[in-house]
Amino acid sequence: MKELAGILVFCALVALAPQFISSGVTLNLIIMTLYAALLGQAWNILGGFGGQFSFGHAVFFGSGAYAMAVLQVKFGWNAWAALAAALACGAAVGAFIGALSFRYGLKGSYFALVTLAFAEVFRILANTFTFTGAGVGLMLPLKESTADLQFADKTGYLYLILAFVLVGLLVTWWLKRSRYGAWLQAVRDNEDSAAALGVNVFRVKLGAIMISGALMAAGGAFYVQLFHYIDPHIAYGPAVSIEALLGPIIGGMGTLWGPLLGAAVLHGLGELTRAVMGDVPGVNLIAYGVVLILMVTFLPRGIIGLFHKKAKDAPRA
Amino acid sequence: MLELSILFPSVLNGLTTGAVYALIALGLTLIYGVLHIINFAHGAALMVALYGVYFLQQRAGIDPYVALPIMVPAMFAFGYALQRFVIGRASHGKDENILLVTLGISIILENLALYAFKSDTRSIDTAYTLTTVNLAGALISLPKVVAFGGALATAAVLLLVLGRTDLGRAIRACAKERQGARLVGIDVDHVFAMSFGIGLACLGAAACFLLPAYYVNPTVGNGFVLIAFTIVVLGGMGSFTGALVGGLLIGVVESVGGLWLGESLGQIGIFLIFIAVLLFRPQGLFGAKA
Repeated sequence: MKELAGILVFCALVALAPQFISSGVTLNLIIMTLYAALLGQAWNILGGFGGQFSFGHAVFFGSGAYAMAVLQVKFGWNAWAALAAALACGAAVGAFIGALSFRYGLKGSYFALVTLAFAEVFRILANTFTFTGAGVGLMLPLKESTADLQFADKTGYLYLILAFVLVGLLVTWWLKRSRYGAWLQAVRDNEDSAAALGVNVFRVKLGAIMISGALMAAGGAFYVQLFHYIDPHIAYGPAVSIEALLGPIIGGMGTLWGPLLGAAVLHGLGELTRAVMGDVPGVNLIAYGVVLILMVTFLPRGIIGLFHKKAKDAPRA
Repeated sequence: MLELSILFPSVLNGLTTGAVYALIALGLTLIYGVLHIINFAHGAALMVALYGVYFLQQRAGIDPYVALPIMVPAMFAFGYALQRFVIGRASHGKDENILLVTLGISIILENLALYAFKSDTRSIDTAYTLTTVNLAGALISLPKVVAFGGALATAAVLLLVLGRTDLGRAIRACAKERQGARLVGIDVDHVFAMSFGIGLACLGAAACFLLPAYYVNPTVGNGFVLIAFTIVVLGGMGSFTGALVGGLLIGVVESVGGLWLGESLGQIGIFLIFIAVLLFRPQGLFGAKA
């Protein structure tokens, strides 16, 4: 219950932020941090709680983004309906990839590789077909109204991404205390023992990849609404996959606040390098890479691990 | 069906590309076979090697083929240091950690290159870049023929080293049973670093053969890394014969697939093979059952 209260307090505080912050730059930073946190939460469900390391989470992100854009642009759907479809699409792609790879018992490095390959296949497909706009990408026409999920000022987007993050927090909270969450963590810690105890390993993992995929798709849908544009490289390129896994690994995998903490640290670091080094492409990513290696070497349980003394609280990276 | 006169040059072209792929994959499969790690930084390391060859040619006027004796030891030293001082320390004995660390290394290398050299795509001009050779009626560019021969020769040298030298025996011992190897007095950490170094040395050689007919930019490695993984998985993780055959096969699939479906969609064949092999035969064509 303490955690649930924490979630509500956090969301209330962020929701009140626009009352005190008028600077567009600061609001933008909050929005982008929450957006990175959402991607991290999605990855954390499968990677942190399920122990299945995906290196191609962009496949869900991109599918959500393309569902959102194609349905609105080519089929004239309402944005809210398209959002629901985008989430379903992310879950469906998750079910497809999960059914294939978990059926054949892919895990560890093999699973990471197969997700990466799927993202690449989807990228090539999106680059080829005309209904996804091929290499040119898709532009979303400007229609600034809540009915169209587009907002004239940043506050609207802040509430939208905050709502997604809230869902992510609640799902994670539920995983930490529900029977299903216990199964999932049992599968992560020792698949054979979990199976011996009667856990349906395949279905548990399939559920995790579907939830994770749907949440990741929400990130993609948000991206499309915010930037009004998507192309194959943004949607399915490796950048999104990496952003999704960095947050939880740095913050703390398999924890409630890890992805948010990691996203905040990374964005703070990004701003810092930008302030020190100027706006040079690549510099913030160099810093991310260094932090990733340092974290894995010295703090495999993430920043959160510093606060939890109990070893069983979080998995080692 | 496609005309033989189109198909034949395409297959030959595929074989020449495939030989270089095989060389890159040999490095990857060696690292996997010995250390049981998937080196995500393999593509980024190839990019580093390509920049090395590029600058040697541009600044010092050293021909890419002459650069071989510089690039191979340089990449070896780079790999040795990486394994000894970065990867080995971070692993804590877990696969996922190494995946993440090598991913971190690739992010750093790629963005350092972006920072230092900008995203421009660069290529070099040599006297022989546009020369072609007539092979039974098919015109193949000379650098590709050289690359084919050079890649196979390098692979042969590698196999000799592994099969006939004490170092090779130590490497194979560590790959089979690292605890046992340690017990008979092999310095396992040193052998691991040597294997990683040799793996990257293959990239040094590959870069020298590639650049005359290819280009370099900070993200050039990405295109190779998935292909190399595909070859390694197809051939069987850790299998050298598998990497050679797989490399040639993938080169031909890419070339013929591109002819059939167009450049962009042709690549999809590679990834579909990759996914199919991972799912249905993860031990690969030549690999032992895991």
